[in-house]
Amino acid sequence: MSTLQSLDITRRSATTSPSPSVRESEEVAKLIDISKCIGCKACQAACYEWNDLRDEIGINVGVYDNPPDLTENTWTLMRFTELEEDGELEWLIRKDGCMHCADPGCLKACPSPGAIVQYSNGIVDFISENCIGCGYCVKGCPFNIPRISKKDQKAYKCTLCSDRVSVGLEPACAKACPTQAISFGTKKDMVEFAQTRITDLNERGYDKAGLYDPPGVDGTHVMYVLQHADRPERYADLPKDPKISPLVEAWKGVAKPVALVGLGLTALFGFLHYVSTGPNEVEETDEEQAKKAIDRPDEKREGR
Amino acid sequence: MTNTWADIKNTNLAVIMGGNAAEAHPCGFKWVTEAKAHNKAKLIVVDPRFTRSAAVADLYVPIRAGTDIAWLGGLINYLLTQDKIQHEYVKAYTNASFIVKPGFGFSDGLFTGYDAQKRDYDRSSWGYEIGEDGYAKLDETLQDARCVFQLMKAHYARYTPEMVERICGSPKDKLIQAWEWIAETSAPDRAMTSMYALGWTQHSKGSQNIRTMAMVQLLLGNIGVAGGGMNALRGHSNIQGLTDLGLMSNLIPGYLTLPSEKEVSKATYLQSRGFKPLRLGQLSYWQNYPKFFVSFLKSMYGKEATADNDFGFDWLPKLDVSYDVLRTFELMHQGKINGYFCQGFNPLMAFPNKKKLINALRQLKFLVVMDPLATETASFWENHGQYNDVDPTQIQTEVFRLPTTCFAEEDGSLTNSGRWLQWHWKGADGPGESRSDIIILTDLFLRLRDMYRKQGGALPEPILGLHWPYKLVEAPSAEEIAREVNGYVVEDITDPKDASVVQLRAGQQLDGFAQLRDDGKTACGCWIYSGCFTEKGNQMARRDNADPYDSGLAPGWAWAWPVNRRILYNRASCDLNGKPWNPRHKVIEWTGKAWAGADVPDYPPATKPEAGMNPFIMNPEGVARLFTLGMMRDGPFPEHYEPFEAPVANALHPKVNANPVARVFKGDLEVFGTADDYPYVATTYRLTEHFHYWSKHCHINATLQPQQFVEIGEALAKEKGIRNGDSIKVRSNRGQIIAVAVVTKRIRPLNVDGKMIHTVGIPIHWGFTGQTKKGFGANILTPYVGDANIETPEYKAFLVDIEPAAPSV
Repeated sequence: MSTLQSLDITRRSATTSPSPSVRESEEVAKLIDISKCIGCKACQAACYEWNDLRDEIGINVGVYDNPPDLTENTWTLMRFTELEEDGELEWLIRKDGCMHCADPGCLKACPSPGAIVQYSNGIVDFISENCIGCGYCVKGCPFNIPRISKKDQKAYKCTLCSDRVSVGLEPACAKACPTQAISFGTKKDMVEFAQTRITDLNERGYDKAGLYDPPGVDGTHVMYVLQHADRPERYADLPKDPKISPLVEAWKGVAKPVALVGLGLTALFGFLHYVSTGPNEVEETDEEQAKKAIDRPDEKREGR
Repeated sequence: MTNTWADIKNTNLAVIMGGNAAEAHPCGFKWVTEAKAHNKAKLIVVDPRFTRSAAVADLYVPIRAGTDIAWLGGLINYLLTQDKIQHEYVKAYTNASFIVKPGFGFSDGLFTGYDAQKRDYDRSSWGYEIGEDGYAKLDETLQDARCVFQLMKAHYARYTPEMVERICGSPKDKLIQAWEWIAETSAPDRAMTSMYALGWTQHSKGSQNIRTMAMVQLLLGNIGVAGGGMNALRGHSNIQGLTDLGLMSNLIPGYLTLPSEKEVSKATYLQSRGFKPLRLGQLSYWQNYPKFFVSFLKSMYGKEATADNDFGFDWLPKLDVSYDVLRTFELMHQGKINGYFCQGFNPLMAFPNKKKLINALRQLKFLVVMDPLATETASFWENHGQYNDVDPTQIQTEVFRLPTTCFAEEDGSLTNSGRWLQWHWKGADGPGESRSDIIILTDLFLRLRDMYRKQGGALPEPILGLHWPYKLVEAPSAEEIAREVNGYVVEDITDPKDASVVQLRAGQQLDGFAQLRDDGKTACGCWIYSGCFTEKGNQMARRDNADPYDSGLAPGWAWAWPVNRRILYNRASCDLNGKPWNPRHKVIEWTGKAWAGADVPDYPPATKPEAGMNPFIMNPEGVARLFTLGMMRDGPFPEHYEPFEAPVANALHPKVNANPVARVFKGDLEVFGTADDYPYVATTYRLTEHFHYWSKHCHINATLQPQQFVEIGEALAKEKGIRNGDSIKVRSNRGQIIAVAVVTKRIRPLNVDGKMIHTVGIPIHWGFTGQTKKGFGANILTPYVGDANIETPEYKAFLVDIEPAAPSV
């Protein structure tokens, strides 16, 4: 959804024309302090409520994670990990969802102009009406976040409540969190605040406590305070050093001229598809064309 | 709660035992995270399961379900042997120095006075020695072998760390670590808060679980201070209000008690409620009982209540026995109750032994269910396959469903755990034909009154004479009722020295219970609530969150009983001279002229420290009780008894295994299981995603926890060949359920006296109505036995067996 104004957009997928730059807002961030999280899922409920989403009432598959994975309707999910080391037990509970990377792999991978945008405050948003449902954002994401809807074949994920943030409110999850495990503010403030939490954790014997703000994606606008920052993978496989797939990097960097042709094709096919069959289906030909657009730079690179 | 939610931020150590605050009280638990973040507090969690509270704790100690008294008795022994008590506090503010009657004793699991036939004690020897002056005797040196301190020391000497480890299965190193941290709060400027809930109450010795920790808190000097206290986390937004207003079979509002059938007049009733001081110079505030009681009768019967007719005393019900829920369903089961009003609860899911409940409900001629939802109880006669396997053609009970509005669809007040009465305003109309509980009961009352008027009937006075002063006779407002509960002046009250000076005018709202009288000139529905709706208006509706002392007490937010006091017994937060034990977290202090500070003093404000009045002003001796005299049916000191279904014999006294005075009905004794047939300890509990049996009707909650499951440890799963996500059958001697297995590291076998004991965890939230997948009531499994004092059923510790099952349909 597009909830901030076009003035706030600093980057658009598959677009080379410059972004508006007269207005620049301060970078924001959500800080999730896992040491304060009690896994109550109030954030998850608030996300459904605010975004008017309802997911299926599923089954229990032997864990507390419900639904068992992110879906097009579940944009945030509590993931529970049980660990035992030297007889000491830990139950690590991580709120999973879009990390709002400073260098977003989804946006870079997206072949559809303006389907993914980044605002000057750092939020990465999906503009659903521009989405062609190709799924490249899923491949481009180092955190495995976007999900393609079975209903409309479009990609969905957390918007960081860009609609709330645009009018000066915190995201719904932060508002609902009873233990203030989720804080929201400027990125600068959140990094500073995280340091106070890390000091507290150090004093409690967590000498590897730290902030998760991975440099491989130029940092994120959703950050974690981890008790074991040296081993983020303990937290339901949070990647230790997330990077955008080299395929995506190549597609954006090395092969830009060719890529633009691809972009044109994609847009054309997207348009043709739209006028011929309507917006809600993706045909195999679209997939193929889009695939060609992203495959070509690879061919070129291999040929070098 | 002795203290209040926000005060938890002032603690140095939070101990969650007998509860699971992070899951069951997530919003209140924020104050634990505040204490950790800003007061460098630590958190200890003691629980059979590694819960979501344990997930954020500094120390987790496992314990076998149903052995809390052993654990805490061991802690008492540790504090006494390590000399880690707050000496000045214990000596001056508790009954440690009081001499106990020579007839009192304890041996082999029983206190003196036991009658095995009656399963009850003659408690007459459980008292103080009274001197010729009429006051209790004491030994301030605490050396007399008959003083409470020495008796307590001897009683708990048996609870060595080794014995505790044997009984509880808590590893000794963890145990000692926890005890060390707890012992540190014996320093006068350090406080520990005890946060507990149904994990302590739902046992055959539930009241004594709480008592034991109260003793610990007194020994540590942690009662009355900021960040301390005994803090019961109530399980419903207004369950504190329920007990305050006397919705128990033996209570009337404000913790006054209904007369027994032997108390045939007001005079005989008040005789045993004299509360004469047991030490010189003590306030013994319950001496005002007649004022509270007569004012209550005036609010009930208005002008019909006069001095000549004992203010309508005869119209109150007189009890032969207590009519708690277990007895009620037992009587129903025997066919002795044939009509039942079920208002705002779901007994078919909430009481033990579902099979018995169904058989009880089908004996009824009629059942009325008042609830916002179509509950299982209202549908007990419907067949839902294996989830409710009944034959509707064989059930003749007529069921009336009266849909009620929800709290957000009406004005009113809710009383939270911290005793705050918070007014709320109607947010929306209720759906369909729903009506508020007030309107439904009014309608019922007016029809009954009309029938009595026209047709007459037995004992018409309490119906015809019920005071009904509401502007709209058929629709009393929540405000009108609140004003009545607060109390008002019935007749002008004049200055005793000059009758021409009217001090309080008839019709005026009272300022508080200090103005109540026993001559019929005041009326008050619930004395402890007096002050909630005064001439200044609705105090419960106040919303000033200013906190001038940064104490977390916010005195202008809503209104707390009594008299807006946020921390009970707060005189005990100061030493004998009136100086706060902890200058950093002052509650009140003696200023030289008066008691004042962040809170309303729990003490006469002008009484000087040197006057010798003790801080626990409700008790006739003015001090808190380490030895409870005859107040508790099962002993003046808590003693470890095994649950009625236990995997091992009582290591302290195998002949007296379970609570010797807990009530067991005939027929229920036969369905207790043994460890030979049912080797695993089961415990039931709530999950954060659901609220009892309500939220399964909400789509989002149903998404977050969609299907019934049972938690077992990895070792037991391996032994039984059960994989995570498999379907398993759990059986007790009363029935069986089928659920998804969640195999977890968080439940570990415990070494209990050399035997590995496995725990089976059973969340309770599923039934045969609502949006979640259908499930079995956990109460199919639970035993029909209650706490010896208040009859709360033993849901937290019983025996089961498990086996793999074909998935339920």
